[in-house]
Amino acid sequence: MSTLQIQNISKRYGDTVVFEKFSCTLHQGEVNVLFGASGSGKTTLLRMLMGLEEADAGLMPPFEDMRISAVFQEDRLCNNLSAYSNVKLVVEPSVSSEQVQNALVAVGLGEAIRKPAKELSGGMRRRVALVRALLATYDLIVLDEPFKGLDEETKREVISYTAEATEGKTVILVTHDMNEATRMKAKHVINLETLRS
Amino acid sequence: MNSTSSAKKRGTIRVWSVVLWLGVWQLVATILGQDILLVSPLAVILRLFELVRTSLFWTSIGYSFSRIAGGFFLATLLGVLFSIFSYRYRWFEELLAPPVQTIKATPVASFVILTLVWIAPQNLSVFISFLMVFPIMYTNVLMGIRSTDKKLLEMATVFRVPAYRRIRYIYLSQVLPFFRSACSVALGLSWKAGIAAEVIGLPQGSIGEMLYQAKLYLDTPDMFAWTLVIIVISVWFEKIFLILLDKAMLKMEHL
Repeated sequence: MSTLQIQNISKRYGDTVVFEKFSCTLHQGEVNVLFGASGSGKTTLLRMLMGLEEADAGLMPPFEDMRISAVFQEDRLCNNLSAYSNVKLVVEPSVSSEQVQNALVAVGLGEAIRKPAKELSGGMRRRVALVRALLATYDLIVLDEPFKGLDEETKREVISYTAEATEGKTVILVTHDMNEATRMKAKHVINLETLRS
Repeated sequence: MNSTSSAKKRGTIRVWSVVLWLGVWQLVATILGQDILLVSPLAVILRLFELVRTSLFWTSIGYSFSRIAGGFFLATLLGVLFSIFSYRYRWFEELLAPPVQTIKATPVASFVILTLVWIAPQNLSVFISFLMVFPIMYTNVLMGIRSTDKKLLEMATVFRVPAYRRIRYIYLSQVLPFFRSACSVALGLSWKAGIAAEVIGLPQGSIGEMLYQAKLYLDTPDMFAWTLVIIVISVWFEKIFLILLDKAMLKMEHL
């Protein structure tokens, strides 16, 4: 499997140094788990991967040439749009309405398809954000705590659906739960605290 | 009834309240006994029925409505366009800031008198209506664009959502409530200012001219009847416009 190299990147906000010559390897076509306590630079690294921030120095893979998909830490749904429309907003026209509906049904949102996002519970919103990310076109998918707020039974089903949908794809999974990582068949761990020190 | 719907009902006009105030009006008019000072509501309605049967009534309404609504729509169009430019280019916002502030602070009467020098009376209400509406539209829409959720915009950037969808589903849904509230304020204001301009400029065949004539000949029933007409048109124009806008907003929420 080929890899994407992040080499010697530095990033600072004013006097706060987030990364100083930080390097890590992302394995393409596999699930990479990103570990790190709050304040370890996880969000900054993800933002750089998604092209929302630039490193001050160092070498990043050519993410601008790649299609990125993401489940953000916050759901980032359009509140007035229905669950269905939130997904439709980002997917290619080639993705049919039936595919969108089937995916929403598969994660237990059959009843919520036409409901505005603002009327959905936290767990439901999370699943809409996940379906949106999974149905979008991507070379790399960033999943920032995608199963947060789901009850155990739903989580089990959603993880199994996500693992199947991302098989063979480059995934960056942020989680604090080793079980989630195992069930997502993660093979590589990037521990920010170890790598930064 | 839940708390939201009861809250919505608060502040709305109730039939009993209208009847009570009409009763007070009728009582005071009866006590005074002089139509020239205060005409009774019944006399106003009767005069209105007479006016409705004349062609001048309808042509006057058409005349004023086309001009005031014209000014409103023109101001809406330019207000929205300029707010987009101002959002995009800081220098443009800085350029517009002094005139917008000046328009906001200047009394309508000053504008009417000043512009009468350059503008023909028949176009005065278009211009005055425009002047009153433009700053409200511009300021509110600009505020709406600025309030667009940055996190949603980042989401759209990551997913490479096309510009058209971004505008329609992200920007518009955030801006429309601001636009709606601007319309609600500006629609009533455009009528008040437009008619005031007509009363000063006296374009022939306008509602403003009818009001002026009524005042000149101390024809109080006419004055009240025309005032009632202005209120009804202004309220209905606002209601119909906002209903159409709400329908459009609802349609925008479907993909």
